[in-house]
Amino acid sequence: MTDMPSDIPAGKPGLRAWLLTDTPTSRNHAKMAAIYTGWLTLRSNPMAMVGLFILITLLFIAAFAELLAPVDPLAQDLAGRLARPGTPGHALGTDSLGRDILSRLIYGSRITLYIVTLVALIAPIAGLLVGTIAGYVGGWTDAVLMRITDIFLAFPRLVLALAFVAALGAGIENAVLAISLTAWPPYARIARAETLTIRNSDYIAAVKLQGAGALRIIVKHIWPLCISSLIVRVTLDMAGVILAAAGLGFLGLGAQPPSPEWGAMISEGRQFILDHWWVATMPGLAIFTVSLGFNLLGDGLRDVLDPKDGASS
Amino acid sequence: MSQISINNLNVWFGEHEERVDAVKGASINVESGASFGLVGESGSGKSTILRALVGLVPTWSGSMAVGEFELGSKRPRNFYKDVQMVFQDPYASLHPRHSVDQVLGETLSLHGFKDIDNRIKKLLDDVGLGPTFRFRYPHQLSGGQRQRVAIARALAPEPSVLLLDEPTSALDVSVQAEVLNLLADLREEHKLTYLMVSHNLAVVAHMCDATAVMQNGEIVEVLNVQDMRAMNPNHPYTRHLLESAAGYNPTEIQSA
Amino acid sequence: MSNLLDIENLRVTFPTRQGDFQAVRDISFSLGQERLGIVGESGSGKSMTGRAILRLIRPPGQIQADRMNLNGKNLLEMSHKQMQSVRGQEISMVMQDPKFSLNPVMRISDQIIEIYRFHTGASHKAAYAKALEMLEAVSIRDPERVMKSYPHEMSGGMGQRIMIAMMLVTEPQILIADEPTSALDVSVQTQVLSIIDRLVRERGMGLIFISHDLNLVASFCDRVLIMYAGRIVETCDAKKLHEATHPYTRGLLGSLPRLDDPQPRLDALQRDPAWRDAPSVSGLL
Repeated sequence: MTDMPSDIPAGKPGLRAWLLTDTPTSRNHAKMAAIYTGWLTLRSNPMAMVGLFILITLLFIAAFAELLAPVDPLAQDLAGRLARPGTPGHALGTDSLGRDILSRLIYGSRITLYIVTLVALIAPIAGLLVGTIAGYVGGWTDAVLMRITDIFLAFPRLVLALAFVAALGAGIENAVLAISLTAWPPYARIARAETLTIRNSDYIAAVKLQGAGALRIIVKHIWPLCISSLIVRVTLDMAGVILAAAGLGFLGLGAQPPSPEWGAMISEGRQFILDHWWVATMPGLAIFTVSLGFNLLGDGLRDVLDPKDGASS
Repeated sequence: MSQISINNLNVWFGEHEERVDAVKGASINVESGASFGLVGESGSGKSTILRALVGLVPTWSGSMAVGEFELGSKRPRNFYKDVQMVFQDPYASLHPRHSVDQVLGETLSLHGFKDIDNRIKKLLDDVGLGPTFRFRYPHQLSGGQRQRVAIARALAPEPSVLLLDEPTSALDVSVQAEVLNLLADLREEHKLTYLMVSHNLAVVAHMCDATAVMQNGEIVEVLNVQDMRAMNPNHPYTRHLLESAAGYNPTEIQSA
Repeated sequence: MSNLLDIENLRVTFPTRQGDFQAVRDISFSLGQERLGIVGESGSGKSMTGRAILRLIRPPGQIQADRMNLNGKNLLEMSHKQMQSVRGQEISMVMQDPKFSLNPVMRISDQIIEIYRFHTGASHKAAYAKALEMLEAVSIRDPERVMKSYPHEMSGGMGQRIMIAMMLVTEPQILIADEPTSALDVSVQTQVLSIIDRLVRERGMGLIFISHDLNLVASFCDRVLIMYAGRIVETCDAKKLHEATHPYTRGLLGSLPRLDDPQPRLDALQRDPAWRDAPSVSGLL
């Protein structure tokens, strides 16, 4: 009972009723009805829609970078270096080597997305595996897995990244690896905590009474219930991941020049911050906006995915 | 021949100082095709006996046998084809993310049945839900409907014994009547043996031929239904339960 | 003697995606110095009615009524602050499970004292003494020990007695009990009910007893309202409940298994859509 009734869109009462029905007629119908209801909940949250808009814009920009960027992001023009925003041809100004900041931001969005996607795939999945197995099997397995988790949790991210760079050389893949290796432990803890609650419930007992083994129970019964809280946590962590990558870029440990990674851009612009503030500030604003987008969306997703449904009569 | 035979069952949780004895020295015999009740208040151990039978309890001693199965620490796979359980809380016994179709389909495929589609339809018919319920999720079902799905799930492997853990305690009175009628019909149709746990004496008297009364983990009395209806128990605790079941009567207030 | 509560055409509405949902639809009843039972199944609106009286329904849920008077004062027009002094002081509510209605991180003494001091402004010492007195009134034999304990150390029956003590410490005129014994074992139920019985009688209070248990309400209350789908379908004297005439009430009575009356099959209730549409029966005195 959290939102007001919406107007029925003219001309589509049938479709809406079909999607809102309480009596689905097939597997697909049920799935689509569930998705539609989730969408309605998300839509009723204006902040979440802002976040969604920001992220869709990011995707759009990354996808159509070639079309949107006015200039080649790597093209240098030493005569026109450190031009102010609003200079003809350079809406956001140029950096110390005369490269257009706007184009660099646009192409840099791809790198940001790349980092975010890789970490979002590696860390939560690793955490889910470790956490659910530890939580379900218990005993020694649980103890060992959780101690491993604790060890990784204790690692400071930047120190680990430095170690990787020393061992493997600088580069964006190594930065992503370093971030993922320190990002997965919280997911493991969340997954384990959920598993501990779930494994005592009657529906798990019921499926054990059908002869289901541990693997089936973990994958088909426990994972679907953990995934909601993991997704919410991931979106909220994305802000931190972007900032971590930016931090590594800032230290020169992530993307290497001349790559237009946003953190590296801030680093390059640091020395000019007093007189030529835009060189560092523009990429900073970009990072801020995307982080905000993820935070707002994550907050909205919590309302959608939070399994309050079905818990009350 | 006894379908269910339990001898001197002890169930405990925890070790040493923290040990709690949930069931002490319980012995029960249920004939094939009979309906037997287990009555008691909370903490009496009645549900624990059911859970011990299906292998959900790790620490127990004594002996248990169901049909031809002598029960040890693990249950053989085909045990679950023969013995199934219906849980008390319909709001907790169905996975919140699985539709009715998935629940029944998974059960059937775990037991190796092939014509799953037809069986699902038949099961839903047998429990009085039509095909319109097939793709619903639990939050789209009422308590009574969920319990019917739980019963359908229990019947899917074609068992001969059904263990019922307070199957109607969480349901409205009118829904309870429908579910009890359903259970009685199913028992007759499939020649099932029931072991039913309840705190409600009237329900047990209606559904069962005989019942054991439990208090603090022990069986204090086994009586048949005629004696129960005639208010003719032997043990004072049984008498106390029977009197309390009659509704409110102003009595001496008992202090804590 | 005027009535404690007069309610006319109470309506509780919740907006949902599929339109407005009316949990309580235009019911009317009064409460005198009596024990009034409200019986119904889940979804009948009985709990919503109890909460509506105390205006405990959060937006976007809405409460409307032509009249909702406590001793002649209109409850619906009261400000937030005025309602706060009504709740707990003039009308108290005991709910089903003390596990969920007692604060788990506060000692029992602190909880009772807090309520008493909030409504009366008494000193800590006076409140402590009053709390002890209440615990004794609910037949707790070792009240000092209970005062120092936390809720999780108490059994269900004890917890419910503590709830009753807490809710009656301010000596309200009306107690609303929403399934107060449903979570308790049968032998403890009798104990708790006899405590409620005695206290309500001794203090001349009005009691609204909300339950799904017909037999219990028939044996405990003076008058009964039967609710279905947000409406009152029948009212009668509790002693005469088994002679009720409305088909829903008869259906409910008939669907109960009885120890003294064996039946091969229970008469399952056949729901008639006309019951939902018929206007609410008035329970006004």
